[in-house]
Amino acid sequence: MNPFRYERATDPHSAITTLTASPHGAYLGGGTNLVDLMKLGVATPDLLVDVARLPYDRIVVRPDGGVNIGAAVKNSDLAAHRTIRTHYPVLSQALLSGASGQLRNLASTGGNLLQRTRCLYFQDVTKPCNKREPGSGCSAREGYHRNLAILGASEACIATHPSDMAVALAALDATVHVQGTGGERVIPLVDFHRLPGDAPQRDTVLQHGDLITSVEIPACPFGARSAYRKVRDRASYAFALVSVAAALDVMDGSVRDIRLALGGVAHKPWRATRAEAALRGAPATAESFGRAADEELAHAQPLAQNAFKVTLARNVIVRTLLDLAEVR
Amino acid sequence: MDVEITFSVNGAARRLSVDTRTTLLDALRERLGITGPKKGCDHGQCGACTILIDGRRANSCLALAVAHQGAELTTIEGLADGEHLHPLQAAFITHDAFQCGYCTPGQICSAAGMLREVEQGWPSHVTADLTAPAIVLDDDEIRERMSGNLCRCAAYANIVPAIAEVVRR
Repeated sequence: MNPFRYERATDPHSAITTLTASPHGAYLGGGTNLVDLMKLGVATPDLLVDVARLPYDRIVVRPDGGVNIGAAVKNSDLAAHRTIRTHYPVLSQALLSGASGQLRNLASTGGNLLQRTRCLYFQDVTKPCNKREPGSGCSAREGYHRNLAILGASEACIATHPSDMAVALAALDATVHVQGTGGERVIPLVDFHRLPGDAPQRDTVLQHGDLITSVEIPACPFGARSAYRKVRDRASYAFALVSVAAALDVMDGSVRDIRLALGGVAHKPWRATRAEAALRGAPATAESFGRAADEELAHAQPLAQNAFKVTLARNVIVRTLLDLAEVR
Repeated sequence: MDVEITFSVNGAARRLSVDTRTTLLDALRERLGITGPKKGCDHGQCGACTILIDGRRANSCLALAVAHQGAELTTIEGLADGEHLHPLQAAFITHDAFQCGYCTPGQICSAAGMLREVEQGWPSHVTADLTAPAIVLDDDEIRERMSGNLCRCAAYANIVPAIAEVVRR
């Protein structure tokens, strides 16, 4: 591991000032991904600004039912929070389907959003990878890509975003609160992560020095009727091949409103807006769920090893929505 | 770059100067001679390094020592009460819940942390009703909650009953 300086931030302002002045520095949260990438030589910061003890460790339930989640809240605390379990089960389920008990105790909300792809070639410094080393080429396109993107990928990069939590947050219309040298910004979660295009080295729209302070979930009247379904190669402790986060409002057999996002299929949590539009007002049946899924996946561009994900995503969407339609 | 840190390990205050790159696992093993926590994968994937940090189970291989100033660390060495084994240690022996034993300190520390999580009513991926006030820790729950601890000897068939026995008591 490269040598680095360590500074424990005592207030947000000094953290932002310090990191902004250090172009090769990085914020440290729980460290579960960053420390691993430093061991692998993928991340080589010369300064770590530890933001884990900044006062962003609270979950605040708004009077209208919305929730503000501090960036330092641990994944395990968020998953276990009573309001989240009751009113936004999709988020608890997403968190609980990710990583292990030990990792969730370390990992933070802000850090979870900023974790990097688990594409094999990104994590292997001996191989070309446009995300790790822009311009070096993509090894995955011709190599192992069974786990990689089918939607929104580019010639330069077919990586997937690994977070489960972010997929649930995308479905819930969450926003990311960010503090930078220019003040505070609120970024919709669906715009927070980028598609790779020709700059796959940039996972998010953040500028260097920007600090995530919290994530806000707006009130969702049918949030209690939500679920996360994840398909992976093992029953536990593995990244998603395909996952679905959904909330469904059904009235008299038809879809009044819906939130739908997919994980494991793109460079960012994939909000399925085409499927949502197709389903509003449609009958809550397997047929219309399937048609809507087809509409969303019509734009998929799978490669040889991951073509199965198109069918898998369709089936997981239909199953998840049918389960939600049957409840009550 | 060396930094001075203090934390407590199994109840005893420890002070040491560490390179910023030192993980808690390496600080414990290489600097303090506390070799219960094992280095398996060193990437947070196998769970052999599991210890309790402020009462919560965590992978000590991914935790930088400098970031844990003031923490209370508990390793397998700190679970027993003198000569009196921790119930999980006794149950692992009774059920022959290991073969080579390398993963065992991590398994037991993880199980200890996991049982506290259950006491607090934390659900898991296999908990059917997220809103249930109490968790019924059946074998499926134990397996899911312990999935962060790998055993290359595949002693799982005895690890699950060992933990289940402690739950019953």
